[in-house]
Amino acid sequence: MNDLVSLVDWSRAQFALTAMVHWLFVPLTIGLSLIVAIMETMWYRTRNEKWLRMTKTWMKLFGINFACGVATGIILEFEFGTNWSNYSWFVGDIFGAPLAIEGIFAFFLESTFIAVMFFGWKKVSRGFHLTATWLTAIGVVLSALWILVANAWMQYPAGMEFDPGEMRNVMVSFTDVALSPVAINKFFHTVASGWVLGGVFVVGVSCYLLLRGRNQEFAKSSIKVGGWVGMFGIILTMWTGDGSAVQVGKVQPMKLAAMEGLYRGECGQGLVGIGVLNPSKKPGDDQKEMLFEIKIPKGLSILARHDANAFVPGIDDLIEGIELTADGDTIHTVSYADRIEAGKRAQEALAAYGKAQKAGDSAGMAEATELLKADYQYFGYGYFDSPEDAVPPVALTFYAFRVMVMAGGYLLLFFVAALFMVYKRPGWLDKKLILWGGLATIAIVWICSEAGWIVAEVGRQPWVVQDLLPCKAAISGVSSGSVMLTFWLFAALFTCLLVAEVSIMVRQIRKESKRDILNDKND
Amino acid sequence: MKDLSTQNSGNDSLLKRVVGLYVDGFRSMTVGRKLWLIILIKLFIIFFVLKLFFFSDTLSSRYDTDAERAEAVRNSLINR
Repeated sequence: MNDLVSLVDWSRAQFALTAMVHWLFVPLTIGLSLIVAIMETMWYRTRNEKWLRMTKTWMKLFGINFACGVATGIILEFEFGTNWSNYSWFVGDIFGAPLAIEGIFAFFLESTFIAVMFFGWKKVSRGFHLTATWLTAIGVVLSALWILVANAWMQYPAGMEFDPGEMRNVMVSFTDVALSPVAINKFFHTVASGWVLGGVFVVGVSCYLLLRGRNQEFAKSSIKVGGWVGMFGIILTMWTGDGSAVQVGKVQPMKLAAMEGLYRGECGQGLVGIGVLNPSKKPGDDQKEMLFEIKIPKGLSILARHDANAFVPGIDDLIEGIELTADGDTIHTVSYADRIEAGKRAQEALAAYGKAQKAGDSAGMAEATELLKADYQYFGYGYFDSPEDAVPPVALTFYAFRVMVMAGGYLLLFFVAALFMVYKRPGWLDKKLILWGGLATIAIVWICSEAGWIVAEVGRQPWVVQDLLPCKAAISGVSSGSVMLTFWLFAALFTCLLVAEVSIMVRQIRKESKRDILNDKND
Repeated sequence: MKDLSTQNSGNDSLLKRVVGLYVDGFRSMTVGRKLWLIILIKLFIIFFVLKLFFFSDTLSSRYDTDAERAEAVRNSLINR
């Protein structure tokens, strides 16, 4: 048992490390590709050389980031096959189809048009080049779409049926998978957050250029483009974040309860603005949830249900299967103890199917299939010994959610301030404190972005596929020692590569800061 | 400046011009050379070290047919 826990933990840690490193590069690719396309469009429309030079300069940084991020995602696919083979088989076609589409988009759109973007300046017409730049930006977003569709399916499995003979979930409705409300929200929320990150990067680097005292016009024009892209991005991120909260409340209420550190819900539930969790609090005990909190009255009911008086269940309510109506009447839903029983029945039916299949007993297979279908929605709960096993890590989810929301709020103010200063108070952009603040925000936006993924992925634990497959059932029968070894190998490899890659990016930015970008005849 | 798709100078085929785009592009790179070195090192480590020695596909390497793989997953999911 301890070996299994260790294997699950190391496999999760390895996947988290790889995914978080991958996510350092992806949002900047999404954001910068759009910003570069907008700048080139400005050049195409105005024929003003300033825009061409801006396009080329930011394109270099986009290229460095793109090259640094290349192949970091491939390792995730290796990990699926090696560490998560049960999962890979179980979800086969549903996860495979979006990833295959992503591969085609990534390869053909990005690799083809990025080459035209970088190598085609004097080889193709302006219109063709601009088209290639936009197709790169669109290709990046479409790649993200399919990855996010696959991820959304894991959070909200829809559009499939389980085939006990094949031991796989089979897609029965592509539209249910690709256009589920969770997938749509996740797509716009994630892509918009990439635009925010790109916007902050452009504004932050421009602040650095202003600190160096050169390239005033270049930096201020860049702040305008980055600021507007970021402003649009943060508004869309917040709007879709609201939609995500509603979806999480519907399909992953345990995640929402963990995000709030909420154990006992009520009608008109408040939202914890700032709070400190009681670290010794456990599900089902009588201890206080929070050591300290400042709540927004009715905030969580409004956020999750768009109804100030709606009931939002806490962890204990969900475990006990309790809901309240707006009038305060209690409704009993399926408790976690009942779900565990149903899950075990489903697993027994699956075992019976296997025996009947070996014996060539068609009637037995049909009977087992019917029994399995009846309880399949709770299949994964059968792996738990107690309802508490189905509770995600509350503290990490709670604090990561607050980091994301607070940083997001700060970023909205950041873009308002950046645009106000660049249009109305350009003199303020001479103040070092403001410029250092702009530069430091680059770190904040990455923290915000990673925190968002922590909320999404840690908050859904212990599930790999919501309600159907927990981590401990999804992993392969490999030794925890080998996963631990590759974890440290990855940590060392990623650290070295990251240092090399960031140093190339920083060196390039310094190099740009030393020349007169808009008037450099050698460019 | 002519479009790649419409330009037609002598014997230059579209394929030649596309190859030329890449060759000239790589030749004129400055920062890109270091990046390509990093990409190549990364790809080598990923495909020739990690994939070969550490990340074999568990089910494909242990079982020959899909039926055997399905059976292995069933046993694993039932007995875990």
